[in-house]
Amino acid sequence: MNRIDKRFAELKKKGEKALVGFVLAGDPSFDRSLELLAAMCDAGLDVLELGVPFSDPTADGPVIQRGGLRALKGGSSLATAIRMIGSLRETTDVPVILFSYYNPIFAYGLEAFFRDAPTAGADGMLVVDLPPEEATEMNEYLPDGNDFALIRLVAPTTPPERMHAIVKNASGFIYLISKAGVTGGGGLDPEGIRKQAASLRAASNLPVCVGFGVSTPDDAAMLAPFVDGVVIGSAFENIIEEYRDSPDLAERLAGQVRSFKAAMRETAVMNSQKTGRMGG
Amino acid sequence: MEHNNMHIETPAGAPRQGPVPDRYGHFGPYGGRYVAETLMPALLELEEAYVRISKEPSFQRELHDLLVNYVGRPTPLFFARRLTEHLGGAQIYLKREDLAHTGAHKINNTMGQGLLARWMGKKKLIAETGAGQHGVATATAAALFGMECRVFMGVEDIDRQAPNVHRMELLGAEVIPVESGAGTLKDAMNEAMRYWVSAVADTHYVIGSVAGPHPYPMMVRDFQVIIGEEVKKQVRENPGRQPDLLVACVGGGSNALGLFYPFLDDPVELVGVEAAGESIMSGKHAATLGAGTTGVLHGSKSYVLQERDGQIREAHSISAGLDYPGVGPEHAMLKDSGRARYASIDDEEALEAFHLLSRLEGIIPALESAHAVAWCVKEAPALPRETIIVVNLSGRGDKDLDILARRAAAEEGTVK
Repeated sequence: MNRIDKRFAELKKKGEKALVGFVLAGDPSFDRSLELLAAMCDAGLDVLELGVPFSDPTADGPVIQRGGLRALKGGSSLATAIRMIGSLRETTDVPVILFSYYNPIFAYGLEAFFRDAPTAGADGMLVVDLPPEEATEMNEYLPDGNDFALIRLVAPTTPPERMHAIVKNASGFIYLISKAGVTGGGGLDPEGIRKQAASLRAASNLPVCVGFGVSTPDDAAMLAPFVDGVVIGSAFENIIEEYRDSPDLAERLAGQVRSFKAAMRETAVMNSQKTGRMGG
Repeated sequence: MEHNNMHIETPAGAPRQGPVPDRYGHFGPYGGRYVAETLMPALLELEEAYVRISKEPSFQRELHDLLVNYVGRPTPLFFARRLTEHLGGAQIYLKREDLAHTGAHKINNTMGQGLLARWMGKKKLIAETGAGQHGVATATAAALFGMECRVFMGVEDIDRQAPNVHRMELLGAEVIPVESGAGTLKDAMNEAMRYWVSAVADTHYVIGSVAGPHPYPMMVRDFQVIIGEEVKKQVRENPGRQPDLLVACVGGGSNALGLFYPFLDDPVELVGVEAAGESIMSGKHAATLGAGTTGVLHGSKSYVLQERDGQIREAHSISAGLDYPGVGPEHAMLKDSGRARYASIDDEEALEAFHLLSRLEGIIPALESAHAVAWCVKEAPALPRETIIVVNLSGRGDKDLDILARRAAAEEGTVK
C-alpha cells in the first residue's frame, strides 16, 4: 500500500481527519525550508503538499504569490523541490505530494519528472492548471502500479457529469476546491461544500480533502465533518512571511499544525458523540 | 480551398471556425486549455455559446452593422507612394486599421466578444491590456452595450500609456493597477484570470489576442479575419492583383493572424514581425517565436520566453503592446510548418520607421505597427518593384507620444 492510502486508512481507524499542509518548497531558502517542513511533519502533519514556485501563479492569492517569489529569489525550482523530498525522506514517512503549475514540470521533462519524483520519495502530484483534457500527454510516462497518485481537482463550478469523469481517473484523494476564487482565506460556503463533498463521496471511494479558502482552525473544524481532510496553505505561508527572520519560526509553524489538528480532532469527537460512531 | 469560398459568401464580420483547432482547441501540438478546474466549465460554456451564437444570422447581422456603422469598416487600403519611392523597391500598401474606431484593430474583437457576452446574458466585461488599445476597445464595447467594465493594467504600462488610461476612465471603465511582476501585460493577464475565477458567473473575460485558453485563440482570430478578407477584396481594385507578401507585427498575434488567415491557402508570403527590444543578444526582447521555446503560459501551449526551469521571463519592448513573453498557439503552428516566417525589429529600428512614416505619409503609426513598417524599410529596397507588400497598420501612434518624449529626454540626459 502506498503512503497516501496507508495514511488515510490509519486516520480512518482513529476517527481523525487529515491535516494536509501546503508550503512552498524553498521558502525562504533550501535549508530553512527543509527545517520548517521537518518541524511540521514532526508536529503531526498528515500529508505534505510541497508547492513548486512558479513565476505566474494564476490560481493563487497574494499570500502564496509572495511566498512563491521568496522561494524563487532563494533559487528554488522543481528540481529543488524534488531534492528536498529526498532529504525529507531520511527523517519522515509523511506522504508528500508535489503541487505545481504545469510549465515547470513540462520544462523539467515528463520522462525525467516521472523518474526523479517517485525515486526521491514523492507520493503523488497535483497540477493546478492541468485539467484531465490536457493530461493525456503524460500517460506514456506514468509510473506503473498505483504508487504515484494523480490528484484531481473538483471546483464548486464543476457540473455533476464532469465531476464523475474527473474522479474516474483520479487516485490518492480528491481535492475539492472550496470556493470560486484564488487561494487565500474568506468566502466559504459550508453548506455548498457539504453537499458537494457528499456527492463526491457517492461518486468515488477516494478520500475527499477540501482546500483553497480554509484559513483558521475554526474553518477547518467546521468543514472537517464533511470531508476526509482539510488543506491549509495560506495560513502557513502567512506565518513564514511574518516570522521569516525569527529564530522560533519552525516552532510557530509546528504550533499551528498542532492547533489545526486539535481543532479538527475536537469536532471529530463531538461528531462521533452526536452520531454514536467513529469516523466514516 | 473550401473555406476561401465561404469567406466570399458570408457577410463581412461573420465569425467562422476553421479546420484548426480541433475540438480540444489544439493547433497541432499547441493550444489547449491549461487552466484551473474552476475555469473549465466557463470555457466549455463559452465555446458552446460561441459556436452556437456565431452561426445565428441575426447575430451576424448585428455584428456586421456595428462593424460598418460604428467601427467604420471597411478600413482603407492605402498605397504608400512616398514611402515606396523613398525605399526604391517593392510597392507598399497600408491596411489602415489605425482608422478604425478607437484607433486600432482591437475593436473588431471587442465588438464580437462584447456582443457575444450580451447574447450570453453576462452583465460585466473584464479585460487585460498592455498598450491600452485593447482596454480602450473593451471599455468602448462596455459603454455601447451598457455593461460594467474593469480593465487590468500593469503599473509600468499605466505609466507609459497614460492617455489610454484616461480614455478608459472617460468611457466609464475602472482601471485596476497590477503591481506584480514587471507590471506589464503578462502580469495584467495573470490578475485578470485570478479575478475571473471569482466572478465567472456574471462576467465575460474579453481576452485581447489570439492567446489564452481555447476557445480564445480561435474566437479572436475569427473576429479579426475581417482584416484579411477586406484586403483580399480591396487589392482587386488597386493594385488589381493579389499581394506577394503580407507583413504584420506580432505580440500575441491577433492583427497578424487576422490579416494572414484568409490567405493561408494562397501563394502569398507571410511575415510576422516580433519586437527585438534592445536586442536578441541582450536578452531584453519580446521575440517569443524567434528566441523562445515550447511551454505553457496563460492557458495555452505555445512558444514562450522562459528559463530552463520553466519560469517565465519578462519581455522587453519599447512598444507596450508587443511586450509579452507568449504568443498565440496558431502562430507557433504556422512557424513550425514554415507557412509563415517570423522576423524581429529592435526598438531603434521601430522608432526610425515611426518617424519615417509620419514624415513621408502623414500617418503616425502605433509603435507596435511601426515594427511591421520597419521590416519593410529594411527589406523592401532589395525586392523587385513588381512585388506588392501589404502591411497591417494595426494602430495609430497618438498614445505613444509620451514614450517618445521621455526617450528623447533620457537621451538628452545621457549626452549632458
